[in-house]
Amino acid sequence: MLTALDKKLLQEIADLHGEPPGAFNIRKDGEGIERRSLEGIEIKPKKDQPGIEVIVAPGKEGTVHIPVILTETDLSDLVYNKIDIGEQANITLVAGCGIHNPGTGNAQHDGIHEIYVRKGARLVYTEKHFGEGEKGGKKVLNPKTVLYVEEGAYAELELVQIRGVDHTTRVTEAEVQAGGRLVMYERLLTDGEQSANSDVLVKLMAEESTARIVSRSVAQGHSRQSFNPRLLAYGPGRGHVECDSIIMDQATVRSVPEIWAENSEAELVHEAAIGKIAGEQLIKLMALGLTEEEAEEAIISGFLK
Amino acid sequence: MLSLENIYLELEVEDQKVPILQDVNLNFEAGKMYALTGPNGSGKSSVARVAMGIYRQSSGKVLYNGEDISNLGISERARRGIGYAFQHPPRFKGMPVKDMIEMAFKYSDGYDCQVLRDIGLCPDQYLERTLDNSLSGGEIKRIEIATLLAQNPRVRIFDEPEAGIDLWSFEQLIDVIGNSHRQDTTTVVISHQEKILNMVDEIVLIREGTVSMRGSREEIWPQIKESAECPCRKSCRLEEEIYADCPR
Ligand SMILES: Nc1ncnc2c1ncn2[C@@H]1O[C@H](COP(=O)(O)OP(=O)(O)OP(=O)(O)O)[C@@H](O)[C@H]1O
Ligand SMILES: [Mg+2]
Repeated sequence: MLTALDKKLLQEIADLHGEPPGAFNIRKDGEGIERRSLEGIEIKPKKDQPGIEVIVAPGKEGTVHIPVILTETDLSDLVYNKIDIGEQANITLVAGCGIHNPGTGNAQHDGIHEIYVRKGARLVYTEKHFGEGEKGGKKVLNPKTVLYVEEGAYAELELVQIRGVDHTTRVTEAEVQAGGRLVMYERLLTDGEQSANSDVLVKLMAEESTARIVSRSVAQGHSRQSFNPRLLAYGPGRGHVECDSIIMDQATVRSVPEIWAENSEAELVHEAAIGKIAGEQLIKLMALGLTEEEAEEAIISGFLK
Repeated sequence: MLSLENIYLELEVEDQKVPILQDVNLNFEAGKMYALTGPNGSGKSSVARVAMGIYRQSSGKVLYNGEDISNLGISERARRGIGYAFQHPPRFKGMPVKDMIEMAFKYSDGYDCQVLRDIGLCPDQYLERTLDNSLSGGEIKRIEIATLLAQNPRVRIFDEPEAGIDLWSFEQLIDVIGNSHRQDTTTVVISHQEKILNMVDEIVLIREGTVSMRGSREEIWPQIKESAECPCRKSCRLEEEIYADCPR
């Protein structure tokens, strides 16, 4: 049974109102508590490690929810999930982790996802992080996603963390085969004493493999962020990395993009920018009647949309 | 409705105070349309920015319906009914046109997204577009004008609305500005365009940071022509001479 708190966390991270539609697995405080497989979408616990396997049959279309919630303090949860999207399948997968830390100890979730998007398949993957708790216990999230985008497949990742999580180290690795496409959107807002690191390594393995990485972040208070997106082309692939951060207050942002080509037909571009909110933007919105704070809020929420 | 009294403005450029406006006196009445014109860099946008509260005058007063609003911030002036369509509207990453228009009518009884249509942009096509570099200069400019129309302020200042707008839409623009004008509003258009100068009740000529003349089109026109001429013209080489040097 899901408690009111569970439901609230699920709504925050996956926009769920009660039980998810389609296939799902809900993990709470280190254990799978509810699960539903469907024909062509099998979800089963892993035998040798904590975590699940999601196996989608070729050609299958559908939605899969695999949220994780933590409601206890002094808890460290580690999972290894394996997701296999069969050839020509078309799947929306909603992961994410919501933490309500009721105490002063740490509540930590380290999720390791290994995702195969088979030939010609399409995956839209979203992962949202949320944290709350009044007693000061830390909320820590360290996701690692390893993605294999096979020939002609398409994968879109949307990774979102807006406030609430104290420390996060995110590692995302992807291999994109011939004709495969990867699009990754990362949106991050940290404040107070929070810190966030994101390391991305995308390898374009062959001809016509493409990747686009768009990272937008806002750093407020004394928070610290660091980005290290790396894009490698072994073949004639095309890739674009765009890192854009708004820095405020006493925050620190570090961005170290890297592009690396081993083929003369490769085309790689990176753009990185860090800056405060432009004065003219604030003035424009204030000239519509917004206060300075409202203008700031509107600019940030648009930027992170 | 809106008056500027003995306005002096200095702005800081590389740690130096530079005088921008000197003793500007202007009174804009309700129900009338005005054009501010004058050479580049003469101070037209600065006058508008002082009215909006974006620049603070070093001395002088801004009055709105008789009340001294010199100490009010930009937001407060906007909420009281002063609006300004920027000469160079900023771009916003991630912000949809729709949000901008909604913010514009949130604090006033303005108009909905139909304003986009008035200015020749199909709402279906533009509402979800983002106000970033993906929009052309002319599109951004039109959206800026639509935003001011949505805001529907009592005092509406358009800063070179025609800049970047194509010829076909220019006529439409003039109609839109003209039609939006009412008995209880004051419209000020900063412009270099003859057609706009023709449609207003009064033209104000700004030169070297001050009001050099104001009056009807007939009174002002000869002056404008003169001010458009290069002051060093006489010592410049004649055009024919310059062309004569060109390889043919
Ligand atoms: N923020 C600023 N900082 C420094 N100088 C400024 C600033 N804004 C305007 N100026 C200077 O003030 C003078 C008047 O500028 P303003 O923008 O008001 O001219 P304008 O008449 O609107 O010109 P244009 O026709 O080119 O738009 C110019 O010399 C300009 O360089
Ligand atoms: Mg100007």
